Amino acid sequence: MTATVEPEVGKARRRKEDARLITGATRWTDNLQLTGMLHMALLRSPVAHARITSIDVTEAVKMPGVLVVLTGQDLAAEQGSLPCAWPITEDMLAPPAPSLAVDRVNFAGEAVALVVARSAAEAHDALSLIDVDYEDLPVVLDLESAIADDADLVHPDLGSNKSATWVFDSADAGTGSDVDQTIADAEVVVERTFRQQRLIPAFMEPRSVVVDPSPDSVTMWSATQVPHILRWMLAAVLGIPEQQIRVIAPDVGGGFGGKLQVTPEEVLTLLVARRLGKPVKWTESRTESMLSAHHGRDQLQRITISARRDGTVTGLKVDLLADMGAYLRLVSPGVPILGAFMFNAIYKFPAYRFTCTNVFTTKVPTDAYRGAGRPEATFAIERIMDELAAELGVDPLELRERNWIKHDEFPFTTVAGLTYDSGNYEAATARAKELFGYEALRAEQAERRANGDPVQLGIGISTYTEMCGLAPSRVLGALRYAAGGWEHAAIRMLPTGKVELITGTSPHGQGHVTAWSQIVADRLGVPFEDVEVLHGDTRVAHRGMDSYGSRSLAVGGVAVVLAADKVLAKARTVAAHLMEVAEDDVEFTAGTFSVRGTSTTMALGDVVVAAHVAHNLPDGVEPGLDAEATFDPENFSYPHGTHLCATEVDTQTGAVKIRSYVCVDDVGKVVNPLIVEGQVHGGLAQGIAQALYEEAVHDESGTLTTATLADYLVPSAVDLPHFTTDRTETPATSNPLGVKGVGEAGTIASTPAVVNSIVDAVRHMGVSEVEMPCTPMRVWKAIHRRGDGVPTTPGAGGGLGSLDSRSAEERGGAE
Amino acid sequence: MIPAEFDYVAPATVDEAVRALAAGGEDAKVMAGGQSLIPVLRMRLAVPTVVVDLSGLTELTGVHDDGDSLRIGAMTTHYEVQRDPLVREHARLLRLATDTVADPQVRHRGTFGGSLAHADPAGDLLAPALALDAVMVCVGPSGTREVPAAEFFVDYFTTALAPDELLTHVKVPKLTGWGAHYEKFNRVAQAWSIVGVAAALRVSGGRIADARVGLTNMGPTPVRARGVEEALIGQPATAESITSAATRAAEGADPPSDGNADAEYRSHLARVLTERAVTAAVSA
Repeated sequence: MTATVEPEVGKARRRKEDARLITGATRWTDNLQLTGMLHMALLRSPVAHARITSIDVTEAVKMPGVLVVLTGQDLAAEQGSLPCAWPITEDMLAPPAPSLAVDRVNFAGEAVALVVARSAAEAHDALSLIDVDYEDLPVVLDLESAIADDADLVHPDLGSNKSATWVFDSADAGTGSDVDQTIADAEVVVERTFRQQRLIPAFMEPRSVVVDPSPDSVTMWSATQVPHILRWMLAAVLGIPEQQIRVIAPDVGGGFGGKLQVTPEEVLTLLVARRLGKPVKWTESRTESMLSAHHGRDQLQRITISARRDGTVTGLKVDLLADMGAYLRLVSPGVPILGAFMFNAIYKFPAYRFTCTNVFTTKVPTDAYRGAGRPEATFAIERIMDELAAELGVDPLELRERNWIKHDEFPFTTVAGLTYDSGNYEAATARAKELFGYEALRAEQAERRANGDPVQLGIGISTYTEMCGLAPSRVLGALRYAAGGWEHAAIRMLPTGKVELITGTSPHGQGHVTAWSQIVADRLGVPFEDVEVLHGDTRVAHRGMDSYGSRSLAVGGVAVVLAADKVLAKARTVAAHLMEVAEDDVEFTAGTFSVRGTSTTMALGDVVVAAHVAHNLPDGVEPGLDAEATFDPENFSYPHGTHLCATEVDTQTGAVKIRSYVCVDDVGKVVNPLIVEGQVHGGLAQGIAQALYEEAVHDESGTLTTATLADYLVPSAVDLPHFTTDRTETPATSNPLGVKGVGEAGTIASTPAVVNSIVDAVRHMGVSEVEMPCTPMRVWKAIHRRGDGVPTTPGAGGGLGSLDSRSAEERGGAE
Repeated sequence: MIPAEFDYVAPATVDEAVRALAAGGEDAKVMAGGQSLIPVLRMRLAVPTVVVDLSGLTELTGVHDDGDSLRIGAMTTHYEVQRDPLVREHARLLRLATDTVADPQVRHRGTFGGSLAHADPAGDLLAPALALDAVMVCVGPSGTREVPAAEFFVDYFTTALAPDELLTHVKVPKLTGWGAHYEKFNRVAQAWSIVGVAAALRVSGGRIADARVGLTNMGPTPVRARGVEEALIGQPATAESITSAATRAAEGADPPSDGNADAEYRSHLARVLTERAVTAAVSA
């Protein structure tokens, strides 16, 4: 091996793990079959808010194959309360959160009884024979009504539907001036209210849990993003000694934050497996997933921006209502708070205040969903920058340029108190404009307007940044989050020179196995193929903080580097000893130690063997080269970029067609450009989906009417445009890899770009807002001022959403 | 999800199928391609005691030339309809509408007869069948009867078929040389129509000699836009006459209001899409 070996980092390698993932030659949780395994099915409430007056299981227990039928009463003493790890304020109101409802249900889809049977089919059959009597309570669905003085209460014992109010004020924090005064003195003020609709994460693999109990330990396989957090929380909630719990996240088919959770189903599967002393499996259907797994977004955002006539922004005030749903799940309260630091985005605001009130409603709990707080913030600021530009009569891109942080002003401490380490907004924007053909499209837009073309053209801009690499532990502590933000890695140097890398991250589609192999290959000078990456099993990867918040590479990848450096440091000591020279004279290049100024060399593989057999080691040096490292970042990382979207709006039908989409992202150094490209494409799809397609809709009784993929419209490849992607590369200065994270960038940036383009297309027709998702009917009504009553009933089609009015109700009650 | 338990019958002939249906009574369900039935079974929105699977009835597949009309077996898949040369020549509207059904996987399994008998008003093949004056051949214990499309579709998911009757064939009168277009409006490619317009026209000497227009998802059954047809026939094939005729598209329709569209918007769409469909059919 020579020093001219092409570096692995930067290579567009195809992913090692894809062949088995794509062909299904792998082990998803639901594929597991254990000897004597039983199956659990859950009966879910068809009503959103009710007292349970009785549950009769007499007939259900008589069904063939049924071993046990349990209600919340049966488990009340042992099920504990599901954890919320982010009490954002000292006085936050938090209701008890049983896994199986005991005497009340607080959302349609909440589990009220469980059946364990010999087969999944028998368990599901028995559900229909459980007879539950509900006494209806008033539903609480609308955020603004929920906080009115006379509102019906989701949890009467709490005395309010307001869980907590969290405030950041730049005047109090010393990071800026008083926003009220700024707004009062401003030359121009624009105020808008935006609605972040409720979304469903819609990961491809539905959730599944298998629990294998034994008298002295319990093993749980779960389709989770967070095996380590899950293990900790199971111990805390159920009082099981943590050393007796092993959690395994096998191959997991997507999460998007939707599997960053400690779920009722995980707790219940564990409880019944222990009770029966047999392995138990629970796997959900798509509809069950949509009715019960946590949802995302759902905020009402009142945004006030002030500026001088010349376009210089002077103040930003953000007032949020965030829908928690019926309970506080693992990090529900903190999701909107993550946005607090991002509303000011890339702009130099002198004054800023963020106020968020978290509100209970009788709906599915909300929690992390790709971007978690940051897409909401980015949407609001990028939308209102366009509105301000319209008010001022300037090009929206020029307005941004006038106010953003210049590349020579980094590091820059923002009005929200974060220090952005690096960035170059000018370069990304210049490249995006060039790829997009900005001026030509503006000219075409003017022409279509002048001609009164029925199809109008709009241009949408999003110059975003985000905070990734969650997170410096001390910052999380200051935000009252219960855990740290570090990550762990360990390297085992095997006697044959091969490498096992153990990571505390928990990939569920991101490609860590490939990217981590590339990092290790470069660092240790071993072939890419010689690295095996182990993850997701708490008995193998014993320390970890798992995968979410674009943290895996920026935190976990850095831990890999640090662990590799420890291996090398020890290997150098051993090599120097064996070559009988001073350590300082030993160099390491591409897998080989050499003595400076001589031709003496020793391959790392030989050092590994020597350290392993330990026949001749320096005094005081332990055998073996294995090493581990934990990295706790000092700062977040700040990817940024410029996204430009051109849409054609058919003013006769309201249909929106994306004509071109250009994004130039700066995610710092790139380990694998192919994986980055995939993350950007997927992120764009999800962000565009929020703009145009997806919405979790509840009817007036609180029933989710979009509980199938026929009603909840996840776009497919044919619905999406060609993406023109490019990158600028401004390394992060806060970590040795210079990486920033890319998991959420596309989702965060794209939604406002699309909506801005739609509004831009028809602004001359008097439109300044279209609520998301911008359905053809909403766009048409906005143009023609028809008001915006969108029915909540599911549409016709395929006998799924439309069988009859009965169907929605029954769907709520179905498994 | 897991369907409730049911008995499964796979008859080899139409007679056997009819007998199985008669034996199964009200709670028997016919399965053709299964593309609508299986989701409904899995969600337990339908809980039949017996499912009669017609996939073995090869006698019900294929497109046959019956002189003035085509006779299409009910079990002919969408894929086969799309590629059939007789359909292409004599029932172009049907082919164009079939092109828009769902995705390739569904079109390989789903059947023409199954779609019609399922009678989802958002399905794309009902309006063309109505516009083309198709005739449904229904076989029951007492023999065969023919039901015109206008009488076949009764309500949401309801047809004139008796519980013990089977749709075996569809007779589609030939409209050789007619222009045709199916204008489908939906939000994502795989979704059902919010509104669809099926138009077939015969233009002669610059005038519209004959016109057929059917609407998808503008009521509990497919809707024949008779007003548009009347307004078109005899008029010059010009943009003005098409625009004027299209204003009558929603006459007699009873459009639903749902999460995708309310009745007002649907009526508006019917007019816009009719104009587009007819314009395309004229030049097709």
